[in-house]
Amino acid sequence: MSNPQQLRYSKEHEWLSVAEDGVSTVGITEFAANALGDVVYAQLPEVGDTVTAGESCGELESTKSVSDLYAPVTGEIVEANQDVVDDPSLVNSAPFEGGWLFKVRVTGEPDDLMSADEYTAFTAG
Amino acid sequence: MSSNAPRRTALDALHRSLGATMTDFAGWDMPLRYGSERDEHVAVRTRAGLFDLSHMGEITVTGPQAAALLNHALVGNIASVGVGRARYTMICRADGGILDDLIVYRLAETEYMVVANASNAEVVLGALTERAGGFDAEVRDDRDAYALLAVQGPESPGILKSLTDADLDGLKYYAGLPGTVAGVPALIARTGYTGEDGFELFVAPSDAEKLWQALTEAGAPAGLVPCGLSCRDTLRLEAGMPLYGHELTTSLTPFDAGLGRVVKFEKEGDFVGREALEAAAERAAANPPRVLVGLVAEGRRVPRAGFAVVTGGTVVGEVTSGAPSPTLGRPIAMAYVDAAHAAPGTPGVGVDIRGSHEPYEVVALPFYKRQK
Repeated sequence: MSNPQQLRYSKEHEWLSVAEDGVSTVGITEFAANALGDVVYAQLPEVGDTVTAGESCGELESTKSVSDLYAPVTGEIVEANQDVVDDPSLVNSAPFEGGWLFKVRVTGEPDDLMSADEYTAFTAG
Repeated sequence: MSSNAPRRTALDALHRSLGATMTDFAGWDMPLRYGSERDEHVAVRTRAGLFDLSHMGEITVTGPQAAALLNHALVGNIASVGVGRARYTMICRADGGILDDLIVYRLAETEYMVVANASNAEVVLGALTERAGGFDAEVRDDRDAYALLAVQGPESPGILKSLTDADLDGLKYYAGLPGTVAGVPALIARTGYTGEDGFELFVAPSDAEKLWQALTEAGAPAGLVPCGLSCRDTLRLEAGMPLYGHELTTSLTPFDAGLGRVVKFEKEGDFVGREALEAAAERAAANPPRVLVGLVAEGRRVPRAGFAVVTGGTVVGEVTSGAPSPTLGRPIAMAYVDAAHAAPGTPGVGVDIRGSHEPYEVVALPFYKRQK
């Protein structure tokens, strides 16, 4: 498993792109997707929702369990990935690409986001 | 056991070399899945899958009164099982509560193998041993004597035929015969828990790896893949098969579980639980208990065990197992519901999924039946 260098990572296994025009793209990592197993249902936050770093903003359901989806940053949702709602298996097949979950206009970031190398070490532990 | 470390099957190293995701199951470290559990599920439905089920608990019962002992200890008529045949049955407490569901193979006139669920093997062994008092029969703990491999799916007869001279065509569903598979002595049983044709192979643990490799090679052209417990659960759920701890518990009698047919009051001699089960049968006839039904989701949210079944704001039942069904492409569940709401097509039935009442269609079980 390789974690893209240009992304940042949360302890809850979300990845976050560097904001362009204040907007970051968020998904879950390949590590998290593998741990979940086949994702079959995704409830994503809706456009206009305000999400808070570290708080639940949706859920991902896999064959065996349902897991909360956490917001890695605080901000306003500007887009949810309808492709993932229609075909949740994208989260497994392309977690860093087509399986992204939402875009958020960032107003606040926690100070414990990790680099790719830090996250790789975090998940190896 | 002196330690809490999980037990490992004879195939443990092999599972790890295949990259399996492992999970604790009844004290055993077992493969949950090797890749995608959905792909494994589809392989069993359309081609073939290979399972390690070595956690199941084998107990041998032998002696002149082996049949009489089992007739006394279990609710089925085990004495009537022919040599080479197998039967699905249950062991109950004196109060009628289900201790476990079992498959009993009659290996010889006076020799049976009882296969218990991993989580109940100790309890079943203890109960059988205790109930053997006064019978000229021996109850032997053979849990460590066997590894168990299962080949399931429509291609499984062809795969197995390439590895054995045993008469598989003459081997009926729910039958077992001793033979040799890939040079390994095995009890070959035509049983399974997937709703497909298939075989379960009981072998010495020291032979397990050799057999696994031979099955893998022989099955590769037919599309056989290794399968974990995750797809085993969705396969049995689609097939409407009960799972101990979910559809069956000590707080239910076989009549409450809709499986009263396994109780054979007409058999010779007394058996543990008879009195309580006769009362349970009368209760069930006079006042129908909750009925085990299938639920198919209209939406995509998955009902899980323990979720309430509701109609018009009233709780009318409880989900016992639920999962997304790869074959139906929708979430499905088994649930016990009040008899008034159990008929297929009953309108207005929902499941409370974390506070939201999602609509479900009540259907008869099973969800899936293979074409013969």
